[in-house]
Amino acid sequence: MFVNITIPNWSDFAHFVPEAIMFGAFLLALMGDVIVRGRKPVVPFLITLLGALAALYYSFASPPVGDAGVLGSLVMIDSFAGFFRIVFSFVAVVTILFSWSSEEIMGSTREHKGEYYALIALMTGGMMVMAEARDLVMLFMSMELVALTSYVMAGYMRNSLRSTEASLKYVIFGAVSSGIMLFGMSLLFGMTGQMTFVGIRDALVANPVNDLSMLVVLIMIMAGFGYKIAMVPFHFWCPDVYEGAPTPVSAFFSVGPKAAGFALMIRFFFTVFQPIVDTIDWPLMIAILSAVTMTYGNIVAVKQTNVKRLLAYSSIAHVGYLLMGFLLLTPGGLQAILFYLLVYAVMNLGAFMFVSAINNSIKSEELSDYAGLGFRAPWASVMMFIFLVSLVGLPPAAGFIGKLYLFTEVLREGWYWLAIVGVLNSVISLFYYMQIARAMYFEKVPEDAPAVKIAPLHYVTMALLAVPTLILGLYWSEFKAIADQAIAGF
Amino acid sequence: MTFVTDSILSWVTFLPLAGALLILLFARKDNIARLIAMGVAVADFILSLHLWFHFDNANAADQFTELVPWLANGKINYSMGLDGVSLLLVLLTTFLGPLVILSTWSAIKHRVAESMAFLLFLQTAMIGTFLARDMLLFYVFWEAMLIPMYFIIGIWGGERRIYAAVKLFIYTMAGSLLMLVAILYMYSQAGTMSLDGFMSLNIPAEQQMWLFLAFTLAFAIKVPLFPFHTWLPDAHVEAPTAGSVILAGILLKMGTYGMLRFSIPLFPSAAIEFGPWFAVLAVIGIIYGALVAMVQKDVKKLVAYSSVSHLGFVVLGLFSLTAAGVAGGIYQMLAHGLSTGALFLLVGVIYERRHTRLISDFGGLAHQMPVYASIFLFVTLASIGLPGLCGFAGEFMVLFGSFSSTLLPHAKLLVILSSTGVILGAIYMLWMYQRVFLGKLANEANQSLKDMSLREIFVLLPILIFIIVLGILPGPFLEKIEPSIDRLLTPVLELRQETPADHHITIPHTNESHDSQTEMEIH
Repeated sequence: MFVNITIPNWSDFAHFVPEAIMFGAFLLALMGDVIVRGRKPVVPFLITLLGALAALYYSFASPPVGDAGVLGSLVMIDSFAGFFRIVFSFVAVVTILFSWSSEEIMGSTREHKGEYYALIALMTGGMMVMAEARDLVMLFMSMELVALTSYVMAGYMRNSLRSTEASLKYVIFGAVSSGIMLFGMSLLFGMTGQMTFVGIRDALVANPVNDLSMLVVLIMIMAGFGYKIAMVPFHFWCPDVYEGAPTPVSAFFSVGPKAAGFALMIRFFFTVFQPIVDTIDWPLMIAILSAVTMTYGNIVAVKQTNVKRLLAYSSIAHVGYLLMGFLLLTPGGLQAILFYLLVYAVMNLGAFMFVSAINNSIKSEELSDYAGLGFRAPWASVMMFIFLVSLVGLPPAAGFIGKLYLFTEVLREGWYWLAIVGVLNSVISLFYYMQIARAMYFEKVPEDAPAVKIAPLHYVTMALLAVPTLILGLYWSEFKAIADQAIAGF
Repeated sequence: MTFVTDSILSWVTFLPLAGALLILLFARKDNIARLIAMGVAVADFILSLHLWFHFDNANAADQFTELVPWLANGKINYSMGLDGVSLLLVLLTTFLGPLVILSTWSAIKHRVAESMAFLLFLQTAMIGTFLARDMLLFYVFWEAMLIPMYFIIGIWGGERRIYAAVKLFIYTMAGSLLMLVAILYMYSQAGTMSLDGFMSLNIPAEQQMWLFLAFTLAFAIKVPLFPFHTWLPDAHVEAPTAGSVILAGILLKMGTYGMLRFSIPLFPSAAIEFGPWFAVLAVIGIIYGALVAMVQKDVKKLVAYSSVSHLGFVVLGLFSLTAAGVAGGIYQMLAHGLSTGALFLLVGVIYERRHTRLISDFGGLAHQMPVYASIFLFVTLASIGLPGLCGFAGEFMVLFGSFSSTLLPHAKLLVILSSTGVILGAIYMLWMYQRVFLGKLANEANQSLKDMSLREIFVLLPILIFIIVLGILPGPFLEKIEPSIDRLLTPVLELRQETPADHHITIPHTNESHDSQTEMEIH
């Protein structure tokens, strides 16, 4: 009855090219950094950048065909995984590019600049594996790989108190929640004697367990995922970590691990629990969590005066929207989630990048210091405005389309109250997002305002994000098709 | 020119947007930006005249239609069309466009290029809203209106502009998001976003109720219908003149247009059931708006509240669900667009000179500014509905249509009540006129005021002409909209034929008598 692990053979690694590239880039960057003795961060920068670009290209050019269970049954390389490869390598490219001109990362007092890039490569590889895991062992391994890397990255500015605090908080919360999750997983293993998701499902269908113990397992495992995606009530680390970590890192955290968490959660629950959802009122549970998460994130965001913290709470609210699609456990709902994740990755990265770019010259993330930015840095502010409009979910930006699909699916399945809660939440979010727009455009430029100078590389990366944010709002069929395709294997 | 006339609706819609981009990217010098904006707006008006002359009056269906597959395998299309109702409102928009831009010549002095771009962008969104025949396209245009308006008020507005801009944004957004939920629900049922697809959905009466309320709430906020009107005075007072003119002239009509285009034909049974409630709110708005206008100290606020009152007539006409009432409502929309637009322009004229709008700061202006006083009087009379000027025909038809409506309970009472609104309208407008223009020129600050400049007269002249034209020649306008109105009211009328007129009334009566009989037996 024990796990049947077939010995992996070399041909399996042909399925693993983007991951191999990212892990290879990690090792090469580390070695390169040692060779140049940490004095020329451009070496690891270039290595990881090229690696991420190559992974992106490969993920686009040869998406996985069919479902290949590789490495025994540990991972599943299907179109779902292929979709997330694209998302993650794109996020990595943008983050690496952006970090190069960021004072917080590359400032003259910083150390170990090369390792920073290596860590991004490692984490990207880890996230890709998260989207592929189909076995409890791999699930835990990949989650821990990403988590451990992110602890280090959160504390990257080690002589900054905030950054160290962020890292410590992250470690403590992370350790507790993965402990709880591991406990839940061990219960699940004990009940079924299976490690693979499919095996667990079959065992559960064959020998149903009683509802109470199932509920306990569900909640424990949900705690682990909830922590990863920053769902209320497992969100407490999120604002502090995002605020304390260097902004490019927060940007990366707010989309990368979150999306990876969703990917893994979808695969896990969709495979394991979909046949038995009727026995416990699982959708209602998630619906309530979703409503609470978005409402909490939005209401708390209203009072924030620090833009980074505001965006952290807003990202919690977006998890609430995403959960709306998750609770349906229908292909339509999952397609909507994937598309929303794509849109969210682009627009949320953009908003964080703007904060970081501005922080570079004015050394502040306070809303009050954003007065008149629209006229001090017109192009960057226009792009920020696009991101904000998109985050609110207003046409003609991508966020509108993302919400459109989510809400359509939610309504199709008859969750009217949830749709109304979601919509009212959008109104709240309008208020605080527009606080930023208001500061940028309606407030007078203060006399002693420092000049804002935006690095050329930052313009490039922000444009890389702003253009898709607009295009996806007007023409999205092709991209929606990619997201729809990703579910085909389920 | 066939490539223009083939897709004339897109040209009319997107020409201003092209102008806006041109200004933002290449022509940021103040005067050049103004000239380009003016040129684009005039060109847009000329293009839109093509619609007027090539419009087939007898045809009730959408004309000049365009359909381009856009997304989701033909479920969502770029679909534009124009019927009589849209025609008149589009023309109103393109007509006011150049006048608004001309009026900003001296009023907006900083960030001119941006202001021109926002005005043009707004024009595209407004025209698109009137022409869209795909619900998603409609929603995109509908929301797109908010962003430029937010900036116009927020950047070029008065002291409390930020408060007003945020309030406007949040109020209207809250309403339209509920409408979005309704649209998405219908999309998930119909499998298409086209308006025709929505029309052919047979929605059960109970669901109609919710959908109708979601749509109509969004529109009622935009109108604004009492008690959703509180954003309007703030927005009007803080907005720059150009913003006020567009707000009163066109944006408010979006609400009533939406009721006519969507709420009534899509949900006929709910419209019959809930229409009377909205009619009652409209009548309350008529009287309340007039009473509040009467006690205003600020001229602009007075005009703003008068809009609440005037738009009440429009809503009353629409929910009378009679051809005459609806036609009157549309006519009143045009008339209000002209007369209130002109009033805001006139208020802007004096505000630019004195930087105050308080009635108590003025008095006896007629001595100092005779031309201004005469034009103001003319527009005032148009606004209060003097026969022969534009305001009369619309109000009359609304009252006439509602009076004969069989669907409005207590129709006659409602009409009598709302007629008092006409009288109150005369009182507050004339009283305001008297306090501002007549009497002695007491305030010294007013003694050096210059009369209207040639440019200012030229801005108002076209409006004045059309105030007269609409007043004495309603025929050409009404004949354009009549077939369309019949078409829009068809679902309601069909429903009425299935259920005879007395059907609704008899059932409760018999029940009551039955109940009372049984009660009596028991006793």
